[in-house]
Amino acid sequence: MNAAGHFSYWITIFIAIAGLYIVVARGNLIKKLVGLSIFQTSVYLLYIAPGKLIGGTAPIIAQEFQIYSNPLPHVLILTAIVVGVATLALGLALVVRIKETYGSIEEDEILKQDESPSSEPH
Amino acid sequence: MIAQHFPILQVVLPLLAAPVMVLLRSGRLAWALATAVSWAALGIALSLLAQVADGGVISYAIGSWPPPWGIEYRIDRVNAFVLVLVSLIAAVVIVYSRASVAAEVPEEQHYLFYTMYALCLAGLLGIAATGDGFNLFVFLEISALSTYVLIAMGRDRRALMASYQYLIMGTIGATFIVIGVGLLYLMTGTLNLADMALRLREVDEARPVLAALAFITVGVSLKLALFPLHLWLPNAYAYAPSAVTAFLAATATKVSVYVLLRFYYSVFGESAVFAALPMGRILLVLSLAAMFIASTVAVFQNDIKRMFAYSSVAQIGYITLGVSLDSTTGLTAGIVHLFNHALTKGALFLLLGGIALRLGGVRFDNIGGIARVMPVTSFGIVLGGLSLIGVPGTVGFVSKWYLVLAAFERGAWWLALLIVLSSLLAVIYVWRFVEAAYFREPGDAVAKFKEAPASMLVPAWFMVVGCIYFGLDTGLTVGGASQAAAELLGSGR
Repeated sequence: MNAAGHFSYWITIFIAIAGLYIVVARGNLIKKLVGLSIFQTSVYLLYIAPGKLIGGTAPIIAQEFQIYSNPLPHVLILTAIVVGVATLALGLALVVRIKETYGSIEEDEILKQDESPSSEPH
Repeated sequence: MIAQHFPILQVVLPLLAAPVMVLLRSGRLAWALATAVSWAALGIALSLLAQVADGGVISYAIGSWPPPWGIEYRIDRVNAFVLVLVSLIAAVVIVYSRASVAAEVPEEQHYLFYTMYALCLAGLLGIAATGDGFNLFVFLEISALSTYVLIAMGRDRRALMASYQYLIMGTIGATFIVIGVGLLYLMTGTLNLADMALRLREVDEARPVLAALAFITVGVSLKLALFPLHLWLPNAYAYAPSAVTAFLAATATKVSVYVLLRFYYSVFGESAVFAALPMGRILLVLSLAAMFIASTVAVFQNDIKRMFAYSSVAQIGYITLGVSLDSTTGLTAGIVHLFNHALTKGALFLLLGGIALRLGGVRFDNIGGIARVMPVTSFGIVLGGLSLIGVPGTVGFVSKWYLVLAAFERGAWWLALLIVLSSLLAVIYVWRFVEAAYFREPGDAVAKFKEAPASMLVPAWFMVVGCIYFGLDTGLTVGGASQAAAELLGSGR
């Protein structure tokens, strides 16, 4: 297969690296969560794209349909999407609590507040 | 009749208990249900261990869909060992957490705490019991998400950031694992771990399999806090509620080590991982770095929970050192240290929670002279510290003994010396506690304290006694570990 045939894998890699970069390079807590979601999305593509065969249909048991695309990756990725949604929801709930406690959602401001001596555990 | 469904009941009982607890809304009832479920899980795990003790494998097809098309729960001596460990720790910590959670978590959140506890237990047991790669990822995320919630319930406001950082890093780790499983699925066409092992032998294209190995290694290393991917651990352990720290320190990283062993030996095969690749040497270097650097950082910590958290990173280095030596003795050492360290750290964090109950935070500047008012707790911490150092008579010594034996088998005298040297570092930070607790005058705040309540002392001392007992009578632990090691090495190719 040539480079063009690997199109879906190139997109997967691009999305994965973009997501990881956002997690690392951005200090805003919500932007980090967005980057994490983008990274998880690349995994969905990694599973589903190879499942599709050229000329393949959904698995219908009938005379005229011989080549089936694999339906299992779709099931797996539905599960993975749910996991991703739960993670994102939990992360955002944490960010709400952090904003209530610290008054900011920028990571360096939050860490600076905790360095000061007034941050003893209550 | 019901005994044949034990593999699935092991996971389903805690899983179903969680929504029931949410509906009950009462902290006391939720605690009672959590205790019942934890003890039931322990009973089931012991029964499963008894069933596979002579070398059989229990294969349970969920929904009666036969493997490899259906999801299979596959219990052999390796995961039965891990199941017993996790459920034992859960059963002990749940008894302890009644008083501890009452002091550290607001009253209206108690039932939610126990819900998350049950979910975390279900997730960890599911990871250990399953024989399906994607099912493993799902349970990994179940346990991880409930862990993030449990950590965020800590009293200190820094628990929120600790939980958030663990969320980011843990999700990246789990996603790496699922990428690895996905690559293996693409190459073999199956998700069943046993079937994958067979089909991997016929795969001719080696590079995706290599990439899968790399992704799974990095993902699992993040979860087991192998140096340098351990950055989430000190904060998460230090600021979480005491019961949560004890539970996590004793189970979460150990189950991740099991995942690593399962993938390395049962799926990829020992020859592919250790002979064809320098994985043994990589793990060796990282383990030594963990042992020395983490122990050194632990010496300089002011917060005692943080100090023992860094000590955990170092002890995990011992476990992976045993794995990297890739011999029966080395693997036995790694697996037995899994159990021994769980006992030791569990006991230590439970006892520290007893101090935190009275004091709020456990730092060197506020526990001066605590041995006078809490003698039982302090002595327990000293015994746990001796086990960390590896004094003969404690479980820590047993693990170090087998590690040194494995090093000598390889002819690596320098490695045995390094193991002993890093144990000396542990002496320094354990001595810091002894000096602060026994040799300082108690301040006004400390002098008013009494001993921790019995409901907390009894579970904690149960584990301390376990540390001493299994350090003297090693038949069960070393026997189980060496059987597990033989099973792993035998099943490979």
